[in-house]
Amino acid sequence: MESGKNTIRINCIVNDEAKTLDVFPMARLLDVLREQLHLTGTKEGCGEGECGACSVLIDGQIVNSCLVPVGQINESNITTIEGVASGDQLHAVQQAFIECGGAQCGICTPGMVLASVNLLERVPNPTAADIRNGLAGNLCRCTGYMKIFESVVRACQNKGARGLTITKTL
Amino acid sequence: MRGYVPEYQLKTTASLDETLDLLAGEPGKWKPFAGGTDLMVLLEAGKLTHRNYVNIWNLDELHDIEITPQHITVGALTTYTEVQANATLRNEFPMLCQAASETGGLAIQNRGTLGGNIVNASPAADSPPALLAYDADIELASTRGTRWITYQGFHTDYKQVNMRPDELLTRIRLPRSSQPGKHYYRKVGTRKAQAISKVCFAAVAHTTGNWIDEVRIALGSVAPIPLRCVRTEDWLRGKEIDQTLLATGQAELTREVAPIDDIRSTKDYRLRISRNLLADFLGHIVAGS
Repeated sequence: MESGKNTIRINCIVNDEAKTLDVFPMARLLDVLREQLHLTGTKEGCGEGECGACSVLIDGQIVNSCLVPVGQINESNITTIEGVASGDQLHAVQQAFIECGGAQCGICTPGMVLASVNLLERVPNPTAADIRNGLAGNLCRCTGYMKIFESVVRACQNKGARGLTITKTL
Repeated sequence: MRGYVPEYQLKTTASLDETLDLLAGEPGKWKPFAGGTDLMVLLEAGKLTHRNYVNIWNLDELHDIEITPQHITVGALTTYTEVQANATLRNEFPMLCQAASETGGLAIQNRGTLGGNIVNASPAADSPPALLAYDADIELASTRGTRWITYQGFHTDYKQVNMRPDELLTRIRLPRSSQPGKHYYRKVGTRKAQAISKVCFAAVAHTTGNWIDEVRIALGSVAPIPLRCVRTEDWLRGKEIDQTLLATGQAELTREVAPIDDIRSTKDYRLRISRNLLADFLGHIVAGS
């Protein structure tokens, strides 16, 4: 993204690293993450806030980065999918997705993982309804969602939370 | 195709006063930009025709929720998440919290604001029917001062609102009631989340047995504006709920709404659902329900 007279300077933290950006303020956070910071884990699915593939955390809250102009994230703390693991140590959610087969093509997966991580931070022992609600903003065209929900349940079990059994009525 | 990003300005001001000065300085040049969940969709579609926006997202003055014995007053930048988190709103204005919980998904609710929802003025918006049924007032601010107006009457035509180019919607005020009332909110759409309504129905009633002492009804997606159905209310008020009242009430509602065929639904479906929701509401509020 070239600089020009309408660009502004943004200071923020992305995955625990301080970043300084010279950007057009109306550029989508999604594009700045992918093209300027080369963090391509965040995906574009619909570009209009319906599918959740572009989900990131801003100051701990899940948002659709396709709907956030970068001019609004000065001084913000951003977590992308690349920031979920701790070095080589996978997050319990990521481990669970692997164990349970929660990904097929993978395009929804970064958003699903972030939504699941955020859900478990807010609701450590989610009910089946909590899981559906927490992931309601993330669409998947491949899996039919069951293995994704199972992955969230497995992540709770892996973290030592009270177990939850998935039945056909989930 | 997406609007050309370098042509847009998004200027961040330090305070509400500075924002109002900017809006007044060159009337019509600057427009407010809040959570962005509507405006960024337009940008992506190449339909964001205005170029100069003032970023109001960080104005703390517009995030407060103030509670007095008579009112709860909500800052215009209150997000749907913040609405749901407030205990007084949950207890006394459950329809507003339900509307907030059914708007988009969590990621939208963390950024979308009540003020943005009102001023964006879609007739399909989820919160306005609840605000209309709750008799909300709204505050508009400019360098000339502030004024409170009833929310009913703010929408004048499709996406047209009664405010001046230098004004900013700052607060929404809801009158508290000593009687709890019976609240009924139903959004009919294709999914439980991430759906725009085909019909949206919000109503509050105070009853004595099966007699309707007071009722307020508002619908979305059945007119060019979010619609407060005063003629239907007048018809129902003071009457006993029975089959005749249901039938005549449905007839009145059919005359009062003005749905159309559009991308999401048809006129006939919307009329039918509106009547069904009125029936469900009346069934919900009879004694013993």
